[in-house]
Amino acid sequence: MKENLEKNYTEDPFDYGAVEEVLERYQDQKGALIPILQAIQEAYGYLPREALEYTARQLRIPLSKIFGVATFYAQFHLTPRGKNIIRVCQGTACHVRGGAKILQTLKEQLNLEVDGTTEDLKFTLESVACIGACGLAPVIMINDDTFGRLTPDKIAEILEKY
Amino acid sequence: MSKVKITINGMPLEVDASMTILEAAESAGIEIPTFCHDPELTRAGACRICVVEVAGARNLPAACTTPVSEGMVIETESERVIKARRVNLQLIWANHPQDCLTCEKTGSCKLQDYSYRYNVTGSPYKGETKVHELDDTNPFFFRDLNKCIYCGKCVRKCYEVNGAGAVEFMYRGFNTKVTTAFDVPLEESSCVMCGMCVDVCPVGALTPKQGLHNNRPWEVKKVLTTCPYCGCGCTYYLHVRNDKIVGITPNFKGPMKGHMCVKGRFGWDFVDSPDRLKTPLIKKNGEFVEATWEEALDLVAAKFKEVRAQYGADAIAGLSSARATNEENYLFQKLLRSLGTNNVDHCARL
Amino acid sequence: MERRRILLCAGTGCISSGSLGVKEALLKELEKRGIADQYEVVTSGCHGFCEQGPIVIVHPEDIFYCRVQAEDVPELVEEYLLNNRVVERLLYKDPVSGEHIKNHLEIGFYAKQLRRVLRNCGVIDPENINEYLARGGYEGLKNALQLSQLEVIEEVKKSGLRGRGGAGFPTGLKWEFTYKAQGDKKYVVCNADEGDPGAFMDRSVLEGDPHAVIEGMLIAAYAVGADEGYVYVRAEYPLAVKRLRLAIEAANRHGFLGKNILGTDFSFQLKIKEGAGAFVCGEETALLASIEGERGMPRPRPPFPANAGLWGKPTCLNNVETFANIPLIFRLGAEEYAKVGTERSKGTKIFALTGKINNTGLAEVPMGITMREIIFDIGGGIKGGKKFKAVQIGGPSGGCLPEEKLDLPVDYDSLTAAGAMMGSGGLVVMDEETCMVDLARFFLTFTQKESCGKCTPCREGTKRMLEILERITQGNGEDGDLEMLEDLAVTIKDTALCGLGQTAPNPVLSTLRYFRDEYEEHIYEKKCRAGVCTNLVSYYIVPEKCVGCTLCARNCPVNAISGERKSPHEIDPSVCIKCGVCYEKCKFNAIILK
Repeated sequence: MKENLEKNYTEDPFDYGAVEEVLERYQDQKGALIPILQAIQEAYGYLPREALEYTARQLRIPLSKIFGVATFYAQFHLTPRGKNIIRVCQGTACHVRGGAKILQTLKEQLNLEVDGTTEDLKFTLESVACIGACGLAPVIMINDDTFGRLTPDKIAEILEKY
Repeated sequence: MSKVKITINGMPLEVDASMTILEAAESAGIEIPTFCHDPELTRAGACRICVVEVAGARNLPAACTTPVSEGMVIETESERVIKARRVNLQLIWANHPQDCLTCEKTGSCKLQDYSYRYNVTGSPYKGETKVHELDDTNPFFFRDLNKCIYCGKCVRKCYEVNGAGAVEFMYRGFNTKVTTAFDVPLEESSCVMCGMCVDVCPVGALTPKQGLHNNRPWEVKKVLTTCPYCGCGCTYYLHVRNDKIVGITPNFKGPMKGHMCVKGRFGWDFVDSPDRLKTPLIKKNGEFVEATWEEALDLVAAKFKEVRAQYGADAIAGLSSARATNEENYLFQKLLRSLGTNNVDHCARL
Repeated sequence: MERRRILLCAGTGCISSGSLGVKEALLKELEKRGIADQYEVVTSGCHGFCEQGPIVIVHPEDIFYCRVQAEDVPELVEEYLLNNRVVERLLYKDPVSGEHIKNHLEIGFYAKQLRRVLRNCGVIDPENINEYLARGGYEGLKNALQLSQLEVIEEVKKSGLRGRGGAGFPTGLKWEFTYKAQGDKKYVVCNADEGDPGAFMDRSVLEGDPHAVIEGMLIAAYAVGADEGYVYVRAEYPLAVKRLRLAIEAANRHGFLGKNILGTDFSFQLKIKEGAGAFVCGEETALLASIEGERGMPRPRPPFPANAGLWGKPTCLNNVETFANIPLIFRLGAEEYAKVGTERSKGTKIFALTGKINNTGLAEVPMGITMREIIFDIGGGIKGGKKFKAVQIGGPSGGCLPEEKLDLPVDYDSLTAAGAMMGSGGLVVMDEETCMVDLARFFLTFTQKESCGKCTPCREGTKRMLEILERITQGNGEDGDLEMLEDLAVTIKDTALCGLGQTAPNPVLSTLRYFRDEYEEHIYEKKCRAGVCTNLVSYYIVPEKCVGCTLCARNCPVNAISGERKSPHEIDPSVCIKCGVCYEKCKFNAIILK
């Protein structure tokens, strides 16, 4: 995963309200960097550079440490993402039951590569190792909804709902 | 300190129970290769080149992190150990430029040394290699991540000793990269250019710009000296070739354990600077003109007398320097007091 | 009058199959017919039979309806609840006999199970602590608090319980180390970072019976002398996090958590930490680093967490299933507990059955049962009547076992000896259409992607192993590749820093051990017998079977198929792109892979 970090800059003045609120909520909590980043991402949809720089200053930790943590965990994103996140399971069970074809179909219909976001910021496509719903393989998740026992022809109908 | 009895390479030893296998081996003069180990830094156990065979263990533990225990039987150069070290060296080579002929690190490179020791001539593994742009944006050293072997000593040095925290491991797995926040050039990061990372890098990923193509370790004479800058008194070795300074190695065994700052580490090229002041200058008709020490001292003495006569001794003040030794500073205040003034100060107090 | 109880499964699997819609429809229907007061509709945790979801069970007669949809509800209410006529079409149909089965314990999937850890899963409402209490919940804790710390540890040792997370380290011993470690502060941590693809038992336990895990952690905390604990749950399990959070709140309200628990001097507070998407955080030292807010990179052991764990303090770390076993030991007594199992592996183990098997789901079985019983009796055999080929045990760290190992009694030591490992208990069943080289490649892709990058052998070595496997599956394998794979595998196993790196080569080593001929076929004959590696297969029309319907030719995207109507067709291999469309479309099984 190598993101285009240039997209991380925003042109508009940055709204620090949310990150201030997050840092207040977690002050005095030991080792809270990961929950803080999760909350920042929850608020902004991704991890904006301004928010990370502000966090580093407030917590008095090197920015490199925050960036190191942010790039280690698959959950964190440094560029804006789509409104709906599609996670395609590529776990063992899904693999043996045609998960790759589901991914291929999604790629074609959204005209995206894995980790890409549509121009209109509607969908982001991701592949995940396993979402633990193997009994329903092959499976995808869109936001918090799980869709199982999929076949390529069901994809278009599912995307319609979003 | 309690002791334990162990055996290394058939040699019975009695060592401190708190020692690691590596420390125990070193105490007996047995050298185990290491990339990521530095006694001053936290133990990483990352490079795995120091693995040894311990009787009864399922795998090959790392000597740098495994403590000794009573009755431990250790082989540091068994066939299994050598094979593992060779494969790991080959794995490093699969992703490392083979430009030793012109690499600045040649002669002091651990990758080279161990490849020689275990007869590793390259890598049988063909596949993806990582390509990074050379970072030469700062005035002092090159950062060539193509040569990085991920030992992480620079990261630990930067966090644990300097405190700048300029570089960290970023991303993960095969895509891991040791770099700055947001991957900016070092000069735009929180790096203070102390150069300590350069001095612990076991390979050619971080190399000084000074003495480029003129600093082979076997061609230079190493001269121990004390840094002339501040009062800390860090010692280091000057690399001298044809009577010129071409580089520096910190003195890791000195009182400062090899710690340095940007001035001491990189600021030595004034020695041969054409702009360097070598004789006194006296301003005549608005321009500085070279003078002899006789002339210069006479002039200063005359001016002191003049001032003292006209305004009193308190009108004279002296400001000394941290770049002078204690003895010189002592003499300096002595001189001032003999002129009748107590107005003596020192730049380090400001 | 006692109300009848209708249990609706609300595990992640059943929710995604629509169980919440079924619940809504059911409540509405009962209301509409004015009989709502006669029924208690309860949402339960996972029944383990996710493939058959949504699952609805009616008590007290224990009728098991499966794949129930909202539109089935009016019929169910009318026919069964009001007129007592079983709705046959919603019953489970045995894949072998084709019979409809009414009671869930008669279903092969459940009959051979011994549901001890899962005894509450699918039976109680996990969001209601009273239901847990009604089934003996927190009795184990009360019993444990009557004992001294050392007596508790002794009891766990006597039970023979070994860690269910993978390596099978004796739990009592781990507790003893933490108890003996010097420290003013100690922690208990639950590893719920279940990341093995194909394993979901920890999720099901957390979703279906969260109090059992809390109770287990409490007993551990009392035994080792800890007053603070964390559950590290992977972020991909939102429902588990929610139910655990509710359970912690309820336990606090009832005085099971907090200060002076049950009137004793023992105090314990429990917090949840959500992971952020890194498989390696299932490794204990990486997990602790992650709780501390660091990159989840493993640290060298020793020191072990029992001596220097979270923030350098002695820490007792076990996984979800291990903790869920603890209340049982203190309710039944260690001796009773240890009656189940083999000599060196006591109790039960939950397996997640997936792959080409009829009954996918979670099965809890006594240790020592054979793999054959799990796959054929509980799992109902191979899908579509195909031939069994291998079973992958223990996820990406485990190994593949062939047919001849199926009668092995399953326990920690026998599996390790056979080249696999218990791991977290994922069982992926493969039939003759699975290519073992491709499977090894798949697992390596996973471990390679999830390597933290800290140590040389794992970061660089798994990459090169994967590249060799990719080469072989693409038909570019060369003489010497297998030796190179073996060299790498042995070195990674011998020298990697953490358990994940050390076990990463297992799928390759075990498939090489049992299916070496398949590798050799790929390399020397450029052939994939399972027909999976597209570069190595060609599609071929059997003339005797082809009726000339032209369906394949019309669907071929590159016009590689030609032939007269009503006479056998032919595929031009030089044009064919091996997309497989013809194979899927043919109704006469005339197209084969060669």
